[in-house]
Amino acid sequence: MAGQEQQQPQSRDTEVDEDVPAAPPAPGDAQASAATQGVDDLLDEIDGVLESNAEEFVRAFVQKGGQ
Amino acid sequence: MTAVVPGKPADTSGGLPVGGAMRVMGSETEYGIHAPSAPGANATMMSARVIQAYAQVTRQRAAGGAETRWDYTDEEPLHDARGWTLERSSADPEQLTDQPPVLDAEAIALAYGRQELEADGEDEAGTLLMNMVLGNGARLYVDHAHPEYSSPEVTNPRAAVTWDAAGDLVALAAVRRLAADPDLPPINLYKNNTDNKSVSYGSHENYLMPRSVPFGEIVRGLTPFFVTRQIICGAGRVGLGQDSARAGYQISQRADFFETEVGLETTIRRPIINTRDEPHATADKYRRLHVIIGDANLSQASNFLKFGTTAMVLSLIEAGLAPRIEVHEPVAALQAVSHDTSLTALLRLGDGRRITALDLQWIYLEAASKHAQDTGVADAVDGDGHTHEVLERWSATLSELGSDRAAAASSVEWLGKLSLLEGYRQRDGLGWDNARLGLVDLQWADIRPEKGLYYRLLARDRMQRIVDDAAIARAVTEPPSDTRAYFRGRCVSRFGADLAGASWDSVIFDVPGRGRLQRVPTREPLRGTEALTGGLFARHREAGSFLAELLGLSPSS
Repeated sequence: MAGQEQQQPQSRDTEVDEDVPAAPPAPGDAQASAATQGVDDLLDEIDGVLESNAEEFVRAFVQKGGQ
Repeated sequence: MTAVVPGKPADTSGGLPVGGAMRVMGSETEYGIHAPSAPGANATMMSARVIQAYAQVTRQRAAGGAETRWDYTDEEPLHDARGWTLERSSADPEQLTDQPPVLDAEAIALAYGRQELEADGEDEAGTLLMNMVLGNGARLYVDHAHPEYSSPEVTNPRAAVTWDAAGDLVALAAVRRLAADPDLPPINLYKNNTDNKSVSYGSHENYLMPRSVPFGEIVRGLTPFFVTRQIICGAGRVGLGQDSARAGYQISQRADFFETEVGLETTIRRPIINTRDEPHATADKYRRLHVIIGDANLSQASNFLKFGTTAMVLSLIEAGLAPRIEVHEPVAALQAVSHDTSLTALLRLGDGRRITALDLQWIYLEAASKHAQDTGVADAVDGDGHTHEVLERWSATLSELGSDRAAAASSVEWLGKLSLLEGYRQRDGLGWDNARLGLVDLQWADIRPEKGLYYRLLARDRMQRIVDDAAIARAVTEPPSDTRAYFRGRCVSRFGADLAGASWDSVIFDVPGRGRLQRVPTREPLRGTEALTGGLFARHREAGSFLAELLGLSPSS
């Protein structure tokens, strides 16, 4: 819905947590959990970058024909 | 019709190693253009402002001005590779690309109506710059209602990625310039191919081929490859159908806009194989294969494979060694492949077999690999320096697509975008019809690093870099050294004030004191290189003396 998108501060301080050490042979679910954390951090950052009012912005992007 | 002798490539390589991924090639990107604060603004006018803004940037960078008028004398948009020429009177006006796009009052009135004209102002329109040749050998211009960057000619896929990405920095510089102008609305540019409201705009590739290869062989060899190539270089799209009437995600930006198998048009009834035949080079030796089916790529790995694998398939076709495969109803198959993100859909072949797009890509890879090994260009040490990497990446990518899609998401653009969209879908429970996912799709392609979602993933190393940032930045001002683009670009940078115009196959000097214009033809794409003309540029600072020596040493002689 229009107006629901909130600008959120970019969580740059969490970026250092992204690098998952390769050394310990992590079980599959631990790897999956680390990957999920990485995605959550990424989505938090992108929340702050996305144009506000998605519906209106997408609707207004109208192009003339090209090749 | 000339027969193709298997294993014996035609002698038009100009010295490039044959059999692999090296050949003269280039890219064209039409950017999506949008001014959020000025909805409904005239797109052609906004595009001209982008060109204008970049002209202002280069004026600052190169004293004397780096912009040069385009010379249209060699444009032949109605020549058909199948051997005939379309009557001008039966051509769609958009096909008449050999006429200078003078953005005059009449043209604007035709395209937008009188009201629009009054709103934008006649005087300004009459003076807007529509066309530039850049110091890196590229062309930057207004194509229909989009700014377009046509890369300089390069000889290998790595350079194709580099000078294509340089175009994104050119576009970015223009966007920054406009954003700093308090009198104009900020303009966003998007490296994508559709507005999801039934309009598409192109990202084209060009490949030089010997004219001796029969066009039918090109169509036969390329069609199955083009139907399936999108699984490694599709850019991904939210929405199904030209107007996104159905919710969902598909592999290609462009697939839904193709309606026929072979044809001359690029803006209507788009064909899988485009027959536009403007060689921009010695016409009896070469054809320029104009490929219109690709997506614009931000992912460097996808872009590298787009150029590298296509160049290799063309080498197969030239050698008469393309896989003998026929896909049943290719246009429907193209769209079926695009709509199948599971990569399990079966394509029906002419012989009745049913195979997946991935299977079909493996067949092409194996044939290309064998031919490249037989010709010696694939060797990691003694090869041509490019083919080995294309084969390695092609093979690794197909393997990942089959068994480790998470790994492929850092290189294959449609998967990288999909991983982000799936993250949103899972976290926020969004359906494919949610506008937020449409916004992620659109903003993926915003060329500003702080706003473009591809660039946010690149900054986190979630997308692979295969060309370093410094090389791309250099390519904004430096031409490739090993094609005629070197001569063109250097002439623009060095003698911009003394040039009357330039095009792919000529540079026109207007030197004070000389009675007439001097046109220097550059019809051989592999002449005019740094090796052949670097000394000439080193010896002369003045256009007059440069030309005087050149008259006895034409770069295409």
